[in-house]
Amino acid sequence: MREGAVNAVLLAGLVAFPIWAQAADEPFLITLATRAVILALAAVGLNIALGWGGMVSLGHAAFFGIGGYAMGILAFHAQTYAPLMEWPFVIEGTKSMPVIWLVAVVASALAALGIGLLSLRTTGVYFIMITLAFGQMLYYFTISWTAYGGEDGMSIYVRNGFPGLNTLVPVEFYGLCLAILLLVLALNAALVRAPFGLALNAARQSPERVRTVGIDPGRLQLAAFVLSGAITGLAGALFADLNRFVSPSMLSWQMSGELIVFVILGGTARLFGPVAGAILFVALEHLLGGVSDYWHVFLGALLLLVVLFARGGLVGFLAGRVR
Amino acid sequence: MTATLLAEQILNGLQFGVMLFLMAAGLTLVFGVMGLINLAHGSLYMIGAFAAAAVAGATGSFLLALAAAMSAAAAAGALVERFVIRRLYDRDHLDQVLATFALILVFSEGTRWLFGSFPLHLDIPPALKGPVTLPGGIEYPRYRLALIAIGLAVAAGLGLLIARTRLGIRIRAGENDREMIAALGVDISTLYTVVFALGAALAGLAGALVGAIQSVQVGMGEPVLILAFVVIVIGGIGSIRGALVGALLVGLTDTLGGIFLPRFFGLFLDPSSAANVGASLASMAIYILMAVVLVWRPTGLYGARA
Repeated sequence: MREGAVNAVLLAGLVAFPIWAQAADEPFLITLATRAVILALAAVGLNIALGWGGMVSLGHAAFFGIGGYAMGILAFHAQTYAPLMEWPFVIEGTKSMPVIWLVAVVASALAALGIGLLSLRTTGVYFIMITLAFGQMLYYFTISWTAYGGEDGMSIYVRNGFPGLNTLVPVEFYGLCLAILLLVLALNAALVRAPFGLALNAARQSPERVRTVGIDPGRLQLAAFVLSGAITGLAGALFADLNRFVSPSMLSWQMSGELIVFVILGGTARLFGPVAGAILFVALEHLLGGVSDYWHVFLGALLLLVVLFARGGLVGFLAGRVR
Repeated sequence: MTATLLAEQILNGLQFGVMLFLMAAGLTLVFGVMGLINLAHGSLYMIGAFAAAAVAGATGSFLLALAAAMSAAAAAGALVERFVIRRLYDRDHLDQVLATFALILVFSEGTRWLFGSFPLHLDIPPALKGPVTLPGGIEYPRYRLALIAIGLAVAAGLGLLIARTRLGIRIRAGENDREMIAALGVDISTLYTVVFALGAALAGLAGALVGAIQSVQVGMGEPVLILAFVVIVIGGIGSIRGALVGALLVGLTDTLGGIFLPRFFGLFLDPSSAANVGASLASMAIYILMAVVLVWRPTGLYGARA
């Protein structure tokens, strides 16, 4: 039950923070918080594969980047008024967030399906390295994709729109991102309790037993991997909209590493673990980054200490072990 | 397309391949003996390159620089093994990935702190400057030829070390059954440190050798690290022979793909889109190679165990 209390505090903080920042007239802090919320969403996606499914993917930046490029490409065509393709039917670019999200989710889910099908033939270290390699493959592909900016990436001049909201106002965009995060968390919570989630959990702990009762663990894991990739892809589209910029760096393997860091820092297979991890990371980045240019040294040292001595992450530390 | 160009590119691919082998050998040894996945191996490569650049800058001797690179990387490796890595052997791979990722952050930013953000310069030794003329009238840089020779010599030496020496016997025994060799009275924790330091020294050597043809800068290790992962996944994790075969395959695929794929697409596409498609495919070629190998053999070419 303590975990419930920790989650409630986190939730209250996420809602209260922009109100406070608005009152204190610190719009930059709202943008920072938006960044944290979007990264949290990406990490929530990863947590489904990594925490509940036990699939250590070191290539989730690929899905994050695919989401980002989905936004970048659609908005780029909308701002240049050049259709995406003219044959066999005309597809125009768009500045509408819901359409962009749909494309981002479908594209990253398809990519996760392909990558998952090949990668799940392997387990353990091989799985880690193959997901890493697929991530690198797409990374180098975006670098050589000169039609959409190549290595330099591309800028989108105006943030995309959402019906009924002015997304250019930081606090409204924050609210939109937070609403999506909460929606996905609710889905995640329902999923964990559903038969699918229970079977997935069992498949992580003992694939043989799951197989004995007549369930194919591979298909469960593939489904979880696709869902995981789709959520991370959606986060990528939002991240690109936040920065109004996409570049291959969204697909870099450091990004994949950081997503894992969010999950572990917060607590693996905890509903709010990735949220706590992402908030902690962004806060550290902001605070330590102000103290020293070399703040990654401290981040690295802190991370080492967490891995070596404080297993269970922040939520595990605050809420105790899982029942 | 001429035979000279082909020969030159094959030599380039070999040179790239043997340098990848130096990296991959350490990774695969550490994984085979200790069951550890070490992302910080690229940092040891970087440490080697920086130590070499610093010593070469101070003394002007390339041989001293190489010695410094190997000892600095081996020392860093041994220290890290003693204080951090040792605690990770019994952990799952996720903890290992994370802890060694943290080590990368510490090493990279620490090096930036010490040396600054500007790339350092490491000169090719005067004796190895300039081209040599190979049979068939092929002009090829002497230094790159030396890299191929050094790489192959190290591969042979490593093969002998593992096949013929007492240390090699222990390493092979450690790969097969850790508890058993500990029970037979081998000091397993020293063995682990030695294996880790050996792998680190090879990475440091590679860093210094490659540092002379590329620039020595923070973050230089990670791209090579990822290629080395591809190499050992193709070769089979834990197999030195697999690492050599995988490294040469990756080196040749990458180099030849970069040259010939754009030309190949030029046969039936217009020049600019051929260059684009070719360059995209070439940059992905080794990953496609890896995917093909894994679909065919999920534990790599020489990997016995899953």
